[in-house]
Amino acid sequence: MIISQLGYFSLIFGLLASIFIFFNSLIQLKKNNSVISDKTTGLIGFQFFFVFISFISLIYSFIISDFSNETVYNNSHTTKPLFYKITGTWGNHEGSLLLWLLVLTGVLLGFIFKSKNEPNNYRLLTTLFHQIIVIGFFLFVLKTSNPFNEIFPVQKEGLGLNPILQDPALGIHPPILYLGYVGTSIIFSAALASMISNYVNKNWAKNIKFWILFSWIFLTGGILLGSIWAYYELGWGGFWFWDPVENVSLMPWLSLTALLHCIVTLEKRELFKKWTIVLCIITFALSMVGTFLVRSGILNSVHTFANDPSRGVYILTFLFVLVLLSFVIFIIYGNKNFTKKSEIFLLSKETAVLINNWFILYFLSVVLIGTIYPIFLDVILDEQISVGPPFYNKLILPFLIPFVLFMSIGPSMKWIKTNLKMGAKSFLVIISTLILSFITVYYIGEKNIFILLLFIGFFYLLLKSLSQFRDKTKNFAQIFSHTGFSLLLISILLNSFSAKEIVKNIQVGESFILKNEKIIFKKIAVEKEKNYESIVGFFEIHDEKNKTINLLPEIRIYNEPEMATSEASIKTSLFKDRFITINIIKDQNLFNVRYQHKPFMIWIWISTLLIMLGGLFAIFRKNKEVNI
Amino acid sequence: MQFLEKTKKSIFSLIILVLLILSFFIFKFALEKEKIYSPKITDNQIYTDFEVTDLIEEKKINFDQILLGKSFYLINIWSSWCEPCKDESDKLLELRKDTRIMMIGINYKDKKKNALNFLKLYGDPFDRIFIDKQGTISINFGAYGVPETFLINEDNKVLKKYIGPLNDKDVYEIKKIINN
Repeated sequence: MIISQLGYFSLIFGLLASIFIFFNSLIQLKKNNSVISDKTTGLIGFQFFFVFISFISLIYSFIISDFSNETVYNNSHTTKPLFYKITGTWGNHEGSLLLWLLVLTGVLLGFIFKSKNEPNNYRLLTTLFHQIIVIGFFLFVLKTSNPFNEIFPVQKEGLGLNPILQDPALGIHPPILYLGYVGTSIIFSAALASMISNYVNKNWAKNIKFWILFSWIFLTGGILLGSIWAYYELGWGGFWFWDPVENVSLMPWLSLTALLHCIVTLEKRELFKKWTIVLCIITFALSMVGTFLVRSGILNSVHTFANDPSRGVYILTFLFVLVLLSFVIFIIYGNKNFTKKSEIFLLSKETAVLINNWFILYFLSVVLIGTIYPIFLDVILDEQISVGPPFYNKLILPFLIPFVLFMSIGPSMKWIKTNLKMGAKSFLVIISTLILSFITVYYIGEKNIFILLLFIGFFYLLLKSLSQFRDKTKNFAQIFSHTGFSLLLISILLNSFSAKEIVKNIQVGESFILKNEKIIFKKIAVEKEKNYESIVGFFEIHDEKNKTINLLPEIRIYNEPEMATSEASIKTSLFKDRFITINIIKDQNLFNVRYQHKPFMIWIWISTLLIMLGGLFAIFRKNKEVNI
Repeated sequence: MQFLEKTKKSIFSLIILVLLILSFFIFKFALEKEKIYSPKITDNQIYTDFEVTDLIEEKKINFDQILLGKSFYLINIWSSWCEPCKDESDKLLELRKDTRIMMIGINYKDKKKNALNFLKLYGDPFDRIFIDKQGTISINFGAYGVPETFLINEDNKVLKKYIGPLNDKDVYEIKKIINN
């Protein structure tokens, strides 16, 4: 009770601090101080501290199961394990917005610390713009989504957390994803500030690059965790469904990736200034659109916690105020400051970056249209359609081939001007690419020429990236990310083409065969855990080499709220995952068994980690002359 | 030249501005839209003038064309992801034995593959099945959720409405109504 009060008042103090910082920055801007005052820095620290206290209070209320708190009552239960009590804090609308606020104030504090050598008015303006966002979210939380609402009389037991959210990967998925999502806010504020303070130059690029990489790495990680969760928890073995909720996380990722390449060009050559600023704004706007679509209940999914239209209207209005604000600032200041024009040669890294951006922007528009077109159509024509994988495959796959080819050549371009030479090494790469692609296509038995072309493109990127490990001026950030990306594409392609599946209704003791494997249903057992009961099936698989593999799929019946989930059992190996799920068939002794071979699954996760690793290299590489 | 450049720029800005404002309002309508759906049921008379799509043949047909030729129709709203629907499947199979009733299934917010799988596992009690991907058809009937069952007569009048899975008592009641 008292802890809830503490959390609530802490939030109010946080809001007061924001208002104070806002006006304080304005006054200091007027005075034209050469150093940012300790007072401002201190206040930003306090602001973060208040939100932190509030967040800790909520976690504490969840841990002690304080059911006088409405959020805890709605989303927790005494029988839940401690880990899920804690992760339940952000597994709901109110708590997740508090987390959003925590990250929002956290990144500003980080920015202030990391920008000590930057001009003072740039730092103040960034603080000013960031406070507008912060105040907006404080009001949103306090007005429509207060996590500290009390209920009376105090309830004895809570309603519980949705069982499919009770999962370790999903427990840490929101914080990681939010660091990426909300990290883009500081890019937005800094972009606006740099425009007004006429600071869009090399130094600015160096300063903001850290935050772009920071958001990009966490966003990649967040998406990865979400995919892993979907893979083993949703129970049908897919990892990406082109679901609108997934798309809204992919969109800022795409624009961040474009921005990442642009900012390096700005850093090296002072080019693409305007475009970089536009990308900064778009990136944050897309994050906000994502928040709006997911939180408002326009989309239906596991992420939609509540359908409260007033929340949706608030975020929507706020989003448009921010976009309009940045639009106006861009119109006023955007044209004034970027008059310098340099020549771009056709064969140069600048061109490569430009082409990269065109492609990424195209992919981004495909995803954007696929996500919001159904909403628009519903409103305008009252017609309901759903956009599925075929749409994305048709529009994205063909363009991936030229994209990866440019991606392979781009890194070996030099700034300003390049003379392309075909050495023996390039020749070797091309030959090996062709051989590898033909072998792969032959092996998976695919006669489609288009698939062959896809493999050629992907393998070329892979080998080309790998061959750079021998270069003198090697750039680990780029090599790792590009290698990771090519591996990811190859794994996804192989995964979708050589997956095998069998569905059978069988009794205990019976067996069936998939390819060269025999699957035997040994027995079932009932087990009891704290928050669920489970029926475990014991399966033995004899593979072609007569090795025995045990798989133990489960059906879990959670107690609070009462709900049955099917838990897949997965055996991962280097080349394929064996994936099995069971379901009960009513009134019979039969079980519905679904057994799948998912090739190269682990490589999808590994390659995404490689992509992230590339980002980490870029962050920790200090002051060294590097390319992208 | 400079004038031309400037006009081009302001037209471009104007277009973006208009697009932004337009999308704001579209999103705003989308937010409010869900509330527009309300049951079109009047005086216990079921609303039938709308198009439905067959689950298996995927053909479109007007719903009032379905309600012809029998004296009783049982409309059951179900879904493969709905746990209680599994419990009531044998009740529906029992009712199906009575040839005076036409069994109509409304497959609520489901995937075709899952739905067919469900019917394979628990038996198919329906004469016709229609899909309701968005849940709007069910709302037209005045349904609250899944499963829900409506018994209607040849005049499209709702005789009985069951919220939640059918039990033995309900089956007995339905039989009694038909026999009278």
